Amino acid sequence: MNRLLIKGGRVIDPANGVDGIGDVLIEGEKIKEIRIEGQRVKGPKGQRVKDSDTRTLGHSDTGLRTIDASGLLVCPGFIDMHTHLREPGYEYKETIRTGTMAAAAGGFTSIACMANTNPVNDNASVTRYILKKAMEEGAVNVLPIGAISKGLKGETLSEIGELKDSGCVAISDDGRPVANSGLMRLAMEYARQFNLLVISHCEDTGLAGDGVMNEGFVSTKLGLKGIPDAAEDIMVARDIALAELTKGRLHIAHISTKGSVALVRNAKQRGLNITAEVTPHHFTLTDEAVIGYNTNAKMNPPLRTMQDIDAIKRGLKDGTIDAIATDHAPQDSDEKDVEFDKAANGIIGLETALPLCLRLVSDNVLTLSELIAKLSANPAKLFGLNSKGTLKVGADADIAIVDLNKEWIVDAKELKSKSRNTPFDGWKMKGKAVKTIVAGKIVYER
Amino acid sequence: MRLKRKDILTIEDLARDEIELILSTAQSFKEVSEREIKKVPTLRGRTIINLFYEASTRTRTSFEIAAKRMSADAINISASTSSVVKGETLKDTAKNLEAMNPDCIVLRHPSSGASEILARLVKCSVINAGDGSHEHPSQALLDLLTVRERFEKIEGLKIAIIGDISHSRVARSNIYGFIKLGAEVTVAGPPTMIPSGIEKTGCRVLYKIEDAIKDADVIMMLRIQLERQKAGLFPTVREYSRLFGLDSIKLANAKKDVVILHPGPINRGVEISSDVADGPYSLILGQVKNGVAVRMALFYLLLGGSRE
Repeated sequence: MNRLLIKGGRVIDPANGVDGIGDVLIEGEKIKEIRIEGQRVKGPKGQRVKDSDTRTLGHSDTGLRTIDASGLLVCPGFIDMHTHLREPGYEYKETIRTGTMAAAAGGFTSIACMANTNPVNDNASVTRYILKKAMEEGAVNVLPIGAISKGLKGETLSEIGELKDSGCVAISDDGRPVANSGLMRLAMEYARQFNLLVISHCEDTGLAGDGVMNEGFVSTKLGLKGIPDAAEDIMVARDIALAELTKGRLHIAHISTKGSVALVRNAKQRGLNITAEVTPHHFTLTDEAVIGYNTNAKMNPPLRTMQDIDAIKRGLKDGTIDAIATDHAPQDSDEKDVEFDKAANGIIGLETALPLCLRLVSDNVLTLSELIAKLSANPAKLFGLNSKGTLKVGADADIAIVDLNKEWIVDAKELKSKSRNTPFDGWKMKGKAVKTIVAGKIVYER
Repeated sequence: MRLKRKDILTIEDLARDEIELILSTAQSFKEVSEREIKKVPTLRGRTIINLFYEASTRTRTSFEIAAKRMSADAINISASTSSVVKGETLKDTAKNLEAMNPDCIVLRHPSSGASEILARLVKCSVINAGDGSHEHPSQALLDLLTVRERFEKIEGLKIAIIGDISHSRVARSNIYGFIKLGAEVTVAGPPTMIPSGIEKTGCRVLYKIEDAIKDADVIMMLRIQLERQKAGLFPTVREYSRLFGLDSIKLANAKKDVVILHPGPINRGVEISSDVADGPYSLILGQVKNGVAVRMALFYLLLGGSRE
């Protein structure tokens, strides 16, 4: 059986309150043992299993592979709640193979993929196709998200029960809001019987109109049509009201405005079952990134303002925002290398997420452990994945080993993703996954 | 003397002394159009392509005449008769035109930012002849020239720009241009057509045309595009005209030496009544005349003399 010992790293496992120098032993596809210097580590049932001592794990073991992780961070592999893998249907932008390789290079061990493929993932056969491809070619775990409505049309519900049974971890019409409040109510109600998360792309399309960037002075100067933040706030408010009505599990995708953050905070204070995610670009860039008609700064929701970034950071700090997700959205250069108003929305994010997130730690927004929780333990909990997002004994051996001090420069041409649409090309970054382990196997190392 | 830049894309990024150089150069070129032989050999052997993705009479003709009076070879391409209808992208069109080695491309395009994108793609000069709702620098320059001729200076003048500010590239370029030369600019229109944060450019925002024109030296009426009514930005043409159309009754409260500009084409009886458009305060045809001179100046300052 495959045995792998990760020695001497700084082990952080937020789910179990672990943060210290120690060793992690993997056997087969699971975590066999974890030992932290000077700390007592709890076993799977919470009982004290072993006191730390000077004896190292795996001592005198033959056939054991050892990774020296001294000076490195060892943590649960990251779980991205929000990606677009483009397969089936748009393999020229990304495939399950290239998308999962990009994920592995970014320290992600599981990625959830949205349903807006062609055909749409609104039935079990598409879900099974995605999972089969991922099994055959994927570098990391792929967690399909099923469509709320058939064909993402916003008219009738998909067969949500069968989607769940075939492996979908949540439902979402991401890319399109569910405009009809009646249908959204039914989705939240119906999903309750499966305890499934309903992920909402919040946008009032009538208000967003044909806007192509955030509405404000920058859009006025550039002569581009704006999308006011009220277009998001209104739908967040509606969905919160529907969550209150239905007692369903609502998750707000890619939150981008200070108004939405306030609405979610208030809803949580009232005890509603509501969670939210933010993308690294929405807490890093403002609408000024569009100046020069940079189509790699075009996405939906659009980049907002510094005030929104400040509110998002407060929301991350106080727990209003539960998770960080990339909204990795590969687009072919032919769809980006055009006039701004004609360009496709979206940017890739899997390989740049970690260093952008680590800036939250250096800016004292989050502790390292809090950050890792938002990238692993919290998404696992939201998807109901009990054996992921943690390093507890018996959990899946999905691990990221990170060099927090590694400085590197983003070169879009060198990224593993099939597409190159990133506004961070040429950015100086600090922090890099140096080894990514999925089910006990090293799937990425540099 | 030449401009130390490859392109003219916006008034926003022109410095005051660059604007003044363009205006004084244009002033000196006006005389050429008064001659019997309206031609100078300055740009002989230069090739200028007018690439127009939108309908235009004034601007396209003006650029073409300006090029020809400077003895440049001018080629006109309009989107409706080009490979654009076959689905060619702006990038591919740009690369193909560049392969024919022009010295300058004049671009009119419905997308904001198109001229900036083009300028990044080609080595030759690019002049923005209007990009979406962004800027129309040669229009603002000819407006500045027209106003400067009348008042001898621009510093201290009060300019009122009336109409659909949101969708107007003419408004944006003129706001930047007049403010850079020291004028005070007021914009007025229905709140549905005043874009977010426009006051950060330094202009004042009002919602009543009467207030805006009361002490204005210059009133610039913008063309109201009738399709904006379909988008619901104003209820009816009748109501728009009643609230924001300039007629002799509203004009009676303006200064006695006020002048009226309009970039054209005008909707008679909508944003401006015929008696005002054709009346003594109107400088509309003077604007058109100055348009040729300004564009001659732009070609000269970008292409004239030897390349540095």
